[in-house]
Amino acid sequence: MDNLIKKKYEIPANDFTAAGEASSNVRRLLDQLGVTPSIVKRTSIAMYEAELNAVIHGNGGKALVKIYEDRIAILIYDGGPGIENIELAMKEGYSTAPDSIREMGFGAGMGLSNIKKNADEFILESEAGKGTRVYITMYFDL
Amino acid sequence: MILSEIVNLLNCQVHTCGDKLDIMVKSACGADLMSDVMAFSKENAMLLTGLINPQVIRTAEMLDIQVIVFVRGKKPDSGMCELAGEKGIVLLSTDLPMFVSCGVLYKAGVTGRGSDCG
Repeated sequence: MDNLIKKKYEIPANDFTAAGEASSNVRRLLDQLGVTPSIVKRTSIAMYEAELNAVIHGNGGKALVKIYEDRIAILIYDGGPGIENIELAMKEGYSTAPDSIREMGFGAGMGLSNIKKNADEFILESEAGKGTRVYITMYFDL
Repeated sequence: MILSEIVNLLNCQVHTCGDKLDIMVKSACGADLMSDVMAFSKENAMLLTGLINPQVIRTAEMLDIQVIVFVRGKKPDSGMCELAGEKGIVLLSTDLPMFVSCGVLYKAGVTGRGSDCG
């Protein structure tokens, strides 16, 4: 099925003020489309966590969003250092975020597990030195 | 509880959306760590925090939190107020510390039942 809406967002590196702008835009779009509020909320949380990860760990990146009749597919990718041990990174409480990020209230090692908790489908692809790709799919109530 | 009562109880300064003080607040969450708010907060209308940065507003937006109370005398800057105003989020501040603020509200009937955090 062809996607109905396609969006691409830049996620600027090290700009903590702008972080969340892409997720905020997608949230507004889903609200306008009349998607069920609980699904909008889960989508927002999952995408925002991934967007923050791209800012904090990935030197910024891009978000590609495709909205179909029955679902939204989000890809957030960065060209950062990648994740050496994905299993470890998925563990709640494990974090490599610097103190400066923790002082901002983030970097507690809950992000990836929280994406998994909120997303209907979640795929994480990463390799040390090759960046990270996060795929999130959410299905709408039809 | 109606938000205007909370403003009185905590002696709050209202920074944005002063026209929304008729919001009903049944449960709240108190945390300085936004990671925890994102991971554990459920159906809360209000967040109490001592953290001051724009990502507090973003976090509230993603979680449908309608009211943020900054404790310990912290005040949001103009950029934060502008962002919150755009999102329709009420920003309040109180000189009371976190523990006392939460205690006052809990005693008055605002529980944390919508949340595992704070």
